[in-house]
Parts: sequence; structure tokens; C-alpha cells
Amino acid sequence: MKLRKFVALTSLAAAGLILPATASAADTVKVGVLHSLSGTMAISETSLRDVLLFTFDEINAKGGVMGKKIEPVVVDGASNWPLFAEKAKQLLEQDKCAVVFGCWTSVSRKSVLPVFEKNNGLLFYPVQYEGEEESQNVFYTAEAVNQQATPAVDYYLNAGKKKFYLLGSDYVYPQTTNLVLLEYLLSKGVPIENIGGGFKKDESGKIISAGKYTPFGHTDYQQIVSEIKQFAAGGKACVISTLNGDTNVPFFKEYAASGLTAETCPVVSFSISEDEFRGLPAKQLVGQLGCWTYFQSIKSKANTKFITDFKAWLKKSDVTGIVKDGRVTCSPMVLSYDGVYLWKAAVEKAKSFEVDAVRKELQGGLSFDGPGGKVTTQKNMHLTKNVYIGETKADGQFKILKTFDGVVGEPWLKGKFKAK
Amino acid sequence: MMTPFPPPTPKEILARLEIFLICAGSLLLVVFLPLLNISGTIDNYTLNLWGKYLCYGILAISVDLLWGYTGLLSLGQALFFSLGGYMMGMYLMRMIGSLGQYKKPMPDFLVFLGWTELPTFWKPFDSFLFAAIMIVLLPSIIALVFGYLAFRSRIKGVYFSILTQALTYAAALMFFRNDMLMGGNNGFTDFKFILGQNLREPATQRGLYIATAVLTVGAFLICRWLTKTKFGLVQRAIRDSETRVLFSGYAAANYKLFVFVLCAVLAALGGALYVPQVGIINPSEMWPDKSLEAVVWCAVGGRGTLVGPIIGAVSVNALKSWATTEYPDLWLILLGGLFILVVLFLPKGIVGIPGMIAGAFKRAPKEEAPAEPAAAEPIVKTEAEA
Repeated sequence: MKLRKFVALTSLAAAGLILPATASAADTVKVGVLHSLSGTMAISETSLRDVLLFTFDEINAKGGVMGKKIEPVVVDGASNWPLFAEKAKQLLEQDKCAVVFGCWTSVSRKSVLPVFEKNNGLLFYPVQYEGEEESQNVFYTAEAVNQQATPAVDYYLNAGKKKFYLLGSDYVYPQTTNLVLLEYLLSKGVPIENIGGGFKKDESGKIISAGKYTPFGHTDYQQIVSEIKQFAAGGKACVISTLNGDTNVPFFKEYAASGLTAETCPVVSFSISEDEFRGLPAKQLVGQLGCWTYFQSIKSKANTKFITDFKAWLKKSDVTGIVKDGRVTCSPMVLSYDGVYLWKAAVEKAKSFEVDAVRKELQGGLSFDGPGGKVTTQKNMHLTKNVYIGETKADGQFKILKTFDGVVGEPWLKGKFKAK
Repeated sequence: MMTPFPPPTPKEILARLEIFLICAGSLLLVVFLPLLNISGTIDNYTLNLWGKYLCYGILAISVDLLWGYTGLLSLGQALFFSLGGYMMGMYLMRMIGSLGQYKKPMPDFLVFLGWTELPTFWKPFDSFLFAAIMIVLLPSIIALVFGYLAFRSRIKGVYFSILTQALTYAAALMFFRNDMLMGGNNGFTDFKFILGQNLREPATQRGLYIATAVLTVGAFLICRWLTKTKFGLVQRAIRDSETRVLFSGYAAANYKLFVFVLCAVLAALGGALYVPQVGIINPSEMWPDKSLEAVVWCAVGGRGTLVGPIIGAVSVNALKSWATTEYPDLWLILLGGLFILVVLFLPKGIVGIPGMIAGAFKRAPKEEAPAEPAAAEPIVKTEAEA
């Protein structure tokens, strides 16, 4: 009895898996959306799904891509890395998507990378990352370390800062960023004793890890903050934070309680954008810095139009469970938006949806005037774009303090900066 | 002249039917699905998914043998699953050779961390045989030590569950660290070859699927045989009343230790086959919620039945695969609703459905009902009932 049941159930399930892949029309092109809509990453990644659907509607209203309407295939990676690989396989092998927009965490990108390489697919990846990777099947609209971390250090150096404390969540992006920053700071003549957070060395004395690290979900920052206070006692100090997600709440609470302020010792965070302030209390961060290639507060025609259109789209959207109120725009959202338009431009220039033809055009250098300013594709599948330093305001927006124009994205930074 | 055989009793008919169904199911999984794949009826993607589901099925069997038969609710089985996966992953990482991002004859993350030479403990993993031995050895040593300490101290019930959960959580945090030299948060990925075969070839994936199917059937048969022996009786007696087993002169701790180690090995073998099929292993696989999921599969399929966990693992995961595509916004509610329904209305899980239907229609006496979970029937009354 039980095995018959087993067979019946499982073949039903299998039929369910095969059937949805059959419907397809000639005047549409399938485009995959691969983000976590549930699990720990959903709070960030759902916004990217929203902005992608908005972009597709915007393009479809103007006639689509090469006369074909975009047909989005939205799947949920569920913050589960093997599931990301499974979904990528489905989007490429079953749905035959021409392109996929997706992933947030490095581990999800690493998980789907072999799938994209095997099927010669094309993934647009929109979130700041650690570099040290250059696949022919991924276009990185994301900020490379030199489009976020090193400009922030330049800004601090210009502001007369002499001491730098490195703090981050313990995973690959902060670890890499801080190792690059260590080399960068040394190359700028900052003595090693002025770099805080501690170092880990291997047997030969080579530094293999720089900075202080806490696990995800860490809540007790008392000791670390008192260490920073001691470090900053002589003045001219600052903190470079790659803390991720909700650990920022206890950190900044403790920071404010200890009497450290943005005046005495500013903190620049690379993982807090406007969208994170929907879940973080902005008040404790007033005056602290952010560094991205887009801020909602950018004053430009393209940006105003983007924000207005996106909000109007949200109002009339009928996507299940979509959040309509209190929405903001942020860098990963804009880089997703830019990615869709760059892909469209490449397809139309190549007159083909074939990945090889599209990649050739992308590598040839295409430009798009996006909400964050002009972006240009590079041969190494990264973007040249503007970098902005902003100061946090009480309403969760940023006041732009400095702009670096046309910074070239460089994924291979480790070992690039030599100490003087 | 020979006397004619007596007509088979209903019980015998059921037993024969069961054997027939087991044979049919095994044939379907091991022979027919791969054949359908070769002929093109089932595409590579679907077969690969089935391989993944069956790996989960093996994990679920290991949970069932512990929970359904011995009364040990382990919330840390995913740890052994992941350890098996990591050991296989180390071998697969070595097989990438110099084809990584850095084009160095070492895993990328080691190059990144500044290692110029392979760390000593990585070296033997060039050999598949060594990796295979470690897949079995490492989880069993950990299970042996942990189990010895836990069972000697008579830790049971909810305390055992909490401890196993803490164990897997601690291990996840440890593997999370980059200086553990096991790839940190990203773990191992981008595998290319196994035993000289290209992992991206459909034939290789088919081979892995067949290995998984054989292991699933094998694990099922071994556990089925074990639970029908005298050992299985003691096992269930421990579940129902450990104190009485102790008074009867059995060393309950040794029995539990054996089952715990056996289940760790089973889970590890499942994990080892899981990794080359899904292409990634990282610490999130040992996060406590993964072990909880395995318990849920077990409960949905029907615990204490061995076949139930396989059905549960396959159907829940197939539902998840389907729903995350069809209803990306609603699938959690769907799945959560299903679990509540199962707990409320199907205490014996999916495999209990025929029995329930038969019971409702016939109001049959006990021995006539196709009581599949016969094994789950208590053989000793609990203290509370006694």
C-alpha cells in the first residue's frame, strides 16, 4: 500500500515539475528573476524583485526588447543556497531564460556560478561584493571593493583622519574588503599601528586576516565599542564597518551610549543603504557615513523620474504581498534597474538574444544614463560608475558629501596596492 | 500426493503485497527512472532533482531509525549529513586542480587566505578512497564520542534533543570561520570532476543518481531487517520504556550508541552523495533548522515506518521545488498549512492514510486493518499507561 502511494504521489509531484515549463509564446522573451523572497535575505532581496518587475513593465510599455515583451519567470531562492543552484538550473534548462537577474549574497552567487557556466547562461549580479572573481557568465553591475571601500578611505584621508578601525561580520566579503583596505592604507603611508581591530597571522608571520569580526546575529558590542573608544582617544580616528544586517542595531546603540559620535569618530558602513533603514532605527546613525554608487537623494532628472515612476507602479501593482508604503530606492535596486537596460541595449545592438552575442556587446562598452548617473560596461564584465559618499539623516536618507566620477570597476585588488 | 497449500491468511497477503511493492519501488527508482532519462522521457534536471530528494530521504531514514524506533529525537542529524558532504567536498575541491579562479593547484579560498602550500590535513583528500573512508569514519567518531558521553550520563528526551541541536549549531559556527580552512561561509563549490568524470556531463549525474537510489534502497532494507530482528525489539522497548529494559538486564546505552552511530553513518553517506549533485556544501547545511526540516519530513511521511520518511522527504521537497516556482510569494504558507494539517489530521503521516481510510469504512478489527506502522505499535506500555 505504502509504496503504491509513494509512486502515485511522487509521479504527481514530478508531473507538477514538468508541466509549467510547457507554455511559451513566440512574441515574448523569458527573463529569470532569482532572489530570496523568504528566509533571512528576503527583507533585502524582495525589493530587488519589485524593482525588476517594475523595470520589465516599463520596458514592455515601450515595446519590449527587440519587439519582444519580457516575460518574467520569478522564483524563490528562499535564502537556501542549494535551492539557488536548483532554481538556476530550472531557469536555464527548463524555462530557457535568455538572461537571469538575481542573487544577493556571495554564497548564492558562488552556488549558481557552475550552473551558469555549464549552460552558458547570463546572470546580472547587482550587490556590492568582494571581487576576486571574473566569470564570463556573470555581469557584475555590483560595486567592486574599489567602488566603495577605497573611495571611502580616500574621503577619510582627505578629512584628515589618521587612525582606522576595521570591523565586520565574519564572512568572505568583510574579510576580503579589510585585507584590501589594509594594503591600501599601508600604501597610503598609514602606519600599521594606526590600523585597529587586530590581525591574524599564519606561521610565517604573514597577515591572513585584518580587523575585528563578529558572527551574524551578534548582539553584545560592549567590549568592542570600548576598544574603539580607547583606539579613538587620541582623536583623528574613524571606523570602517562591514557589519551586516541586524547586528548594526546593537552596535550603533552601544556606540551612541558610549559617547562616541560622528564628530569624534565617524563610522562608514558599506552594508547599510536606504532600504535597510526600513528595518533599522536611523536616529542612532545620524551623521554616520555611507558609500554607494547611488543614493535616493541624487538630484537628477533621471533619478526623479525613476523614483516617481517606481512609486506610481507600486501603487497599482497587484503582485501578491508587495509592500506599497514607505518604500525607498537604494543602490542594489538601481544597479538591478541599470542591468536590465544594459542587457536590453546589448541585445538590440547584437540583434540577438544569444548569450555569446550579448556578452560581446556588453564587453564592447555600452553606456546607460541611469538614476545614479552614467554607467558604462567594461571588458571585465564590471561597470564604470560614479561613487558617492553620503551622511545619514534622521529620515534614513543620505546627504551627499562627495562624488567620485567614473570609477572603473576592478575585481582583482588583493596584492594590487603596495606599501611604500 | 501432496497436500494443497492452505489459503493464505490476510496477514500473509499483506506481507506478500508489501514485498511486491518494495521490489516494484526499488526497480522504479534504481532501473526505470535512469532508463527513462536515457530515452529522454525524463530530462536531466528532473532526474537530478530526484537524486537530491533521495539524499534527503536517506537523511530522513536516519532520523526515523533514531526517533521513530528508538525514541531519540536527534535535532542534529544534519550535522552528520554535512560532515559527509564536507569530506566528499574536500575530495571534489582537490579534483578541480588548477582550474579555479586563481589558476593555482589549490582551492581558491586557500590561495586567497595566503596559503602557498596545501595545508597538511588537506593532502590525503587527493585520494577518493581516503575521502570515502573519512566520510564514514569522521561522523562515526563524533557520534561515538558524543553518544558515549550523552548515553552514559543517561541524557534523554528533550535534553538529548537540545544537546544534539547545540552540537550542530556549534559545528556550524566553527565551519563558518575562515581560519578553519574549510571555505568559511561560502563553503565548497564549483566542482568539476569526480573519479575522472566531468561532473557537468548528464551521464555522470545519472551515475550519481543511480548510486543514490541504490543507497536509498539499501539503507531502507538494512534498517527494515534490523528493526525486525531481536535487536529491533530491544530498540523499540527502549523507546517505550527504557527503565524496564534496564531492569531486564539490557545495556540500553550500548544499544542506543550503536543506533546513533549507525544513523550518523547513514546520514553522512546521504550527504556525501548530495554534494556532487547540488554542487555546493557550506555551513548553512548544518544550521539547526535543517535538522528540524528532516524531522518534519519524517513526521509528514509517517514516523516509525522507514518508508514514510522517504515519502515525506521526497514529497515535501518536490512540493517545495514546485511551489517556490509557481507561488513564490505564498509557498511558505502552503507548506506551513500542510504541516499543520498533517499534525492535526494525519498523526501517522502519509503512509497512515490507507489505514485511516480502511478504518473509517470497515471499522475493521485491529489485525485486519493494513496497519503499516505495525513496527510503530508499542510493545511495552509506557510508565504513564501502566
